[in-house]
Amino acid sequence: MPDTLVALYVFVLACFIGYFVIWGVTPALHTPLVALTNAISGIVIIGALLVAGAEEASGAAEIMGFFAVLLASINVFGGFLVTNRMLAMFKKKKK
Amino acid sequence: METSANTQALAYLVSAVLFILSLKGLTHPASARRGNFLGMIGMAIAVVATLMGSEVQSYGFIVAGVLLGAVIGGVLAARVQMTAMPQLVAALHSFVGMAAVLVAVGTFINRQVTGDLNAVLMSELSAGIVIGAITFSGSVIAFGKLQGLISGAPVRFAGQHALNAAIGVVTVLLAIHFAMTGSMLSLTVMTLLSFVLGFTLIIPIGGADMPVIISMLNSYSGWAAAATGFTLHNNLLIIVGALVGFSGAILSYIMCRAMNRSIINVVFGGFGSDAGGGESSAGAVAADKGVKSASVEDAIYWMEDANRVIVVPGYGMAVAQAQHALKELMELLEERGVEVKFAIHPVAGRMPGHMNVLLAEADIPYDHVFEMDDINPEFASTDVVLVVGANDVVNPAARTDQSSPIYGMPILEAGKAQHVYFLKRSMRPGYSGVDNLLFYQDNVSLIFGDAKDTIEGMVTALKGGGH
Repeated sequence: MPDTLVALYVFVLACFIGYFVIWGVTPALHTPLVALTNAISGIVIIGALLVAGAEEASGAAEIMGFFAVLLASINVFGGFLVTNRMLAMFKKKKK
Repeated sequence: METSANTQALAYLVSAVLFILSLKGLTHPASARRGNFLGMIGMAIAVVATLMGSEVQSYGFIVAGVLLGAVIGGVLAARVQMTAMPQLVAALHSFVGMAAVLVAVGTFINRQVTGDLNAVLMSELSAGIVIGAITFSGSVIAFGKLQGLISGAPVRFAGQHALNAAIGVVTVLLAIHFAMTGSMLSLTVMTLLSFVLGFTLIIPIGGADMPVIISMLNSYSGWAAAATGFTLHNNLLIIVGALVGFSGAILSYIMCRAMNRSIINVVFGGFGSDAGGGESSAGAVAADKGVKSASVEDAIYWMEDANRVIVVPGYGMAVAQAQHALKELMELLEERGVEVKFAIHPVAGRMPGHMNVLLAEADIPYDHVFEMDDINPEFASTDVVLVVGANDVVNPAARTDQSSPIYGMPILEAGKAQHVYFLKRSMRPGYSGVDNLLFYQDNVSLIFGDAKDTIEGMVTALKGGGH
């Protein structure tokens, strides 16, 4: 099976996982959900690392890679930290 | 030490599982923080596995980018006000979009050097660039509207949809040309047109539809990541992209359902714009029928001996920063044995779940906060409802008036309570521009003024021993 087809298999199956997992999220946590998905979509940092760190990377590719790493890192750090900050505020009634 | 490709693939699998568990954690507030930590671990594993692989050979730019990104992200996360969360989210969406564009173009340049290009790869690159660019400029517009940098009103002109369709078709043709020839010119024009398309797609959508736009762009940012994954044949990116893409899509669906509108209608509709007509007729009707206004003391009189008080917060609560005063009011009422609950409409606020976060910030326990379907049966047996900065979400016109733009939208049945008090600045209608029929009901009064001042007035009155 060609690589692209394997990728398509993974994609379609992951869509189903996404569908079922996300419907389980409580509406009260929809804002943290958006922030958390911000953080994990920072996974494009992997692509950014591959561009910036490639042996063949020229000046232009390195600069693009640098900015991609920068933007993705802002997502990763900003996303996880702000999600944590929000979730820390959700408390039950003090007994 | 370099990690073999197989070890790396296994590490990516572990990290994909951790991301799924991380989202699963949000099923309940009690497990949510653990979920977030699992996500962090997943991300750390993925990054380390990539850095240790043979493909990454130089680290200077990477270290600089990560450190700078950590500082900027950390400061943003620590400083952002909870009311401004939609703006932060829009900004982060735009970053994902831009990063996807940069990765795709950078990959193209690198592969040109190694001569490792083919039509399939270049069509995948095009998908990454187009989706990424639309996500970027669309999110920039959303940010501008939320921040008030540009008008929240929908911008519409004749031939708009034809223009968007034309840009879309040309972009696709350029992508096909690029995939077949590798033409740098096609790549450049395609990229620029995609940025324009993001702009023209989002600019006509009105401020009232912000929860949908935020969710939609959330979804786009996921698809952008997935497209990057196809380009790089990286299954982890594909999985995460699909998870995020579906998350945004489901949120969009939930938001649309809560407004009884189709996604097509939101994207092409332009809603909450022509408030002019609605407003004048609202004023006229108000003058005709007479709206009762009440004082803080009137409301306190009914609240202090009530069995149950339900608060319906809307974005106006956030604007007035009234949530902390509400928490104090809640405590004082509870001391008197009054049960206090909060009722949240799915589209209250500027993004999904926005109200819940604002109430949590004010230390209001989440077990006092209820979703629409759970609390609606309780309004009929409730003594007092306080509507704080909300409007359309309690408007019975959604039930009764077939000509109303909000007809069919599910509402909080606040009007069924014994006494309803609207805390409002003025008679201005809600975002939809629709007059609120509830104002003219016998059991409903308006308390004019700043919501925070009004609630603080209630707190003072209750502390003073009341009546």
